[in-house]
Amino acid sequence: MSNKAFAAVAFVVALALAVASQLITNEYFFTAGYTVLLFVILATAWNILGGYTGYVNFGSAAFFAIGAYTTVALYNAFKAPLAVMIVSGTLVAGLAGLGLGYLTLRLRGVFFAIASLALAVVLYVFVVNWDFVGGARGAYILQPREVPFGMPRYIHLIYSVQLLMAALALVVARATERSTLGRGLAAIRDDELAAECSGVPTLRLKIFSAMMSCALMGMAGTTFPYYLSYVEPSSAFSLSYAVNSIAMPLIGGMMSWIGPLIGAVLLGTVQQLVQVTVSSAWNLLIVGALLVLFVTLAPNGIMGWVEARRRRKEH
Amino acid sequence: MSGRLTVFRPRLFPRMEIPTALLANAIIAGLLLGGFYAAVSVGVSISFGMLDVVNIAHPAFIILGSYIAYIVNDRLGFDPIVVSLALSPLFFLLGTAIYRVYYLCFERRGQESLRGLAFFFGILFITEVALVLVFGVDYRMVSTRYSDVTWRAGEVDFPMRLVVPFLVSMAMVVGVQLLLTRTFFGRAVLAVAQDQLALRLMGVNPVRVKELAFGLSIATAGVAGAFLIVIQPVQPAIGREFIGLAFAVCVLGGMGSIWGTLLGAFVLGIAESFTSTFFGPSWAPAVSFGLLLATLAFKPSGLLGR
Amino acid sequence: MAEALLEVRGVTKRFGGFTALEKVDFLVRPGERVGLIGPNGSGKSTLVNCIAGTLRNEEGSIRFEGRDIGGHPAHRRTRLGLARSFQIPKPFGSMTVLDNLCVPLLYAARTHEELARSRIVEEATHILEQVGLADRARAMSGGLTQVDMRKLELARAMAAKPKLLISDEAMAGLSASEVDDVLALLSGLKEQGVAVIMIEHVMRAVMKFSERIAVLVAGRKIADGDPQSVVGNAEVVRAYLGE
Repeated sequence: MSNKAFAAVAFVVALALAVASQLITNEYFFTAGYTVLLFVILATAWNILGGYTGYVNFGSAAFFAIGAYTTVALYNAFKAPLAVMIVSGTLVAGLAGLGLGYLTLRLRGVFFAIASLALAVVLYVFVVNWDFVGGARGAYILQPREVPFGMPRYIHLIYSVQLLMAALALVVARATERSTLGRGLAAIRDDELAAECSGVPTLRLKIFSAMMSCALMGMAGTTFPYYLSYVEPSSAFSLSYAVNSIAMPLIGGMMSWIGPLIGAVLLGTVQQLVQVTVSSAWNLLIVGALLVLFVTLAPNGIMGWVEARRRRKEH
Repeated sequence: MSGRLTVFRPRLFPRMEIPTALLANAIIAGLLLGGFYAAVSVGVSISFGMLDVVNIAHPAFIILGSYIAYIVNDRLGFDPIVVSLALSPLFFLLGTAIYRVYYLCFERRGQESLRGLAFFFGILFITEVALVLVFGVDYRMVSTRYSDVTWRAGEVDFPMRLVVPFLVSMAMVVGVQLLLTRTFFGRAVLAVAQDQLALRLMGVNPVRVKELAFGLSIATAGVAGAFLIVIQPVQPAIGREFIGLAFAVCVLGGMGSIWGTLLGAFVLGIAESFTSTFFGPSWAPAVSFGLLLATLAFKPSGLLGR
Repeated sequence: MAEALLEVRGVTKRFGGFTALEKVDFLVRPGERVGLIGPNGSGKSTLVNCIAGTLRNEEGSIRFEGRDIGGHPAHRRTRLGLARSFQIPKPFGSMTVLDNLCVPLLYAARTHEELARSRIVEEATHILEQVGLADRARAMSGGLTQVDMRKLELARAMAAKPKLLISDEAMAGLSASEVDDVLALLSGLKEQGVAVIMIEHVMRAVMKFSERIAVLVAGRKIADGDPQSVVGNAEVVRAYLGE
């Protein structure tokens, strides 16, 4: 399927799902659905740098929070429209990814990973000390009373926007994977020195893929303040975003855009169920345990396993 | 307190009028803090700097050490640092077991850069959540005979809560350095990083050497955990903050150099102490990241790097 | 005499206190076949790395087609027409053999040669036929035999469409007939005007292939000339056979 055809299909499906969901009366569906979609975007975004390029980003929470707090800042400054918030949050997170990548991606790969983890801590400290966005107390965001498109509640709109953004993330990931850029990234992942000697401008490509990945993570966060009408640093910077955005691609499979999607839907749904039936702490323990189990026992994830079976059948 | 990332950083000294005393206190507090940071980082210096194992779960073992020291102190009243030293063989064994898994699943297959990192991240996360499930997110602390004692030399304070960990930490770091430079095992560890072939020719199994050295690094984490809970109250999530810190110290000092790690720890301790004094303690956690980025940007080989 | 394609002047490279290369001069003319020999640890690989840009030399200059490339990163040198193969094969393991060649074709060859995107696969297949890997085109490169990996290594360097190809011990471990195949292949490059630097331990191959041989010993070039005179050189004999 060509990129354009795939994009058309993805957006039509997302729109159809958004419209069909409006028939659902159970409010919980939208809260749970929003969270799963959030993870779809985060996992897909993470995989652009992690799966395609081979560089681990532990700072998903930081870039997510950059998106969320850009929204808060713009809301407090002049009640900007949602579209402006989404675009700004995406850009700011992308710039942060660019900066972090520029400083650390020229060194050994692991420095980027460590720096991304440290970035989360530092931005957290920064936000806690920044009164304009509520500091440690958090910030309230009022949902507009009038919801467009005749939707009954604002969460319906947020959910639908998230659906479209998830479609966008998937389209970007798939197009990247199949482009010349994607081939260069894969070469970097397989052997960076050989890639460089084959004419691949490795540093530039790595920084670009970091920027793209981080921008999409920021995008996922821009709607977050509207989700609960309230953000505080510890919820926006929750380590659960970091661990989920790594676990989901690893469990689903990192070689193509389908893996993170499968991982996010699967793991996201399981977590929603556990959260309701048991508790959120157990929930996180399960994600962590699954991450360690998969990475040690099934390093290529679900899609890797499917692929291996398919190959075996062919022979 | 809720499950926050912020560390409870008590003011290390009372407010004073005389700036020189303030300065002297900031330097002393920074040095004492640096001594503790050396204990936090020396294990990472071994695993990351010498063995090339990027153990970002190191702080999880520190926090585990804090909680074990806390339980024993709470139930039996033993001194947490003594407890941690007595239990360090257990941490050593835990470390060797973890390296074994890491080697079999990742290093041997050449997958350490991505999946190995994810593995350690998973361990960090599981430990933290498990501690939350068992102990909750409340801050825990220990009381020792020296917890509330402070020596004063003129205007300068020496809180024993910091001095005791400092002294034991110095002994530990010097001990590690002697172990690494004066023994056959130590020379084998240094050779692991440089010439594995030579080791094999000498009949030494590099994997075994790395296993033992990794055990040593985790043992130091257990002891550093006891220091931590003597110095400040602990809750499961504060471990993360030490990841950036430990790696910042290692990179700043120069990879694989124990003296470099010590120097880096003092630099960071003093920088944090000054930040706390002059900008407020809530900014202190940002210092390590700033130093890390500055080092990576301007002098990636570190202060005493090879 | 034609103008130099590659001109290395006074290149020095140190690792800490150890001097791996000391004031090495080295010249390659367009289309020339040069052998580079020397005992283990004599600095051959270091020299290759400095030329290819994977290491930076502290002193001296490296010019390619008259242009100073000393400050260029490796990928720019490859794009200018300076490709290398690796002594220890470094395939892109998650890609097929064919896709391995597409990387340099897309990223290097296209920057200095007209090559339509649609012709990339055709071109890659053509190169695979030349090295005798056509039947493995769809196989995953990570699962190749050592011999096939060496061929792939060479094929990938060729796919960058270089003016100068550096072959770093492409023949280690190959059988006599395979050595002849690779020799024929490298000699065929001359007809396309490609210069080749061959680093090799298989002396028979070097002697047969080279128009000129340079000898490195302990980081210094001790001889440089036509194969017969170099082999007769007393210093070279001493370096190889020991004193």
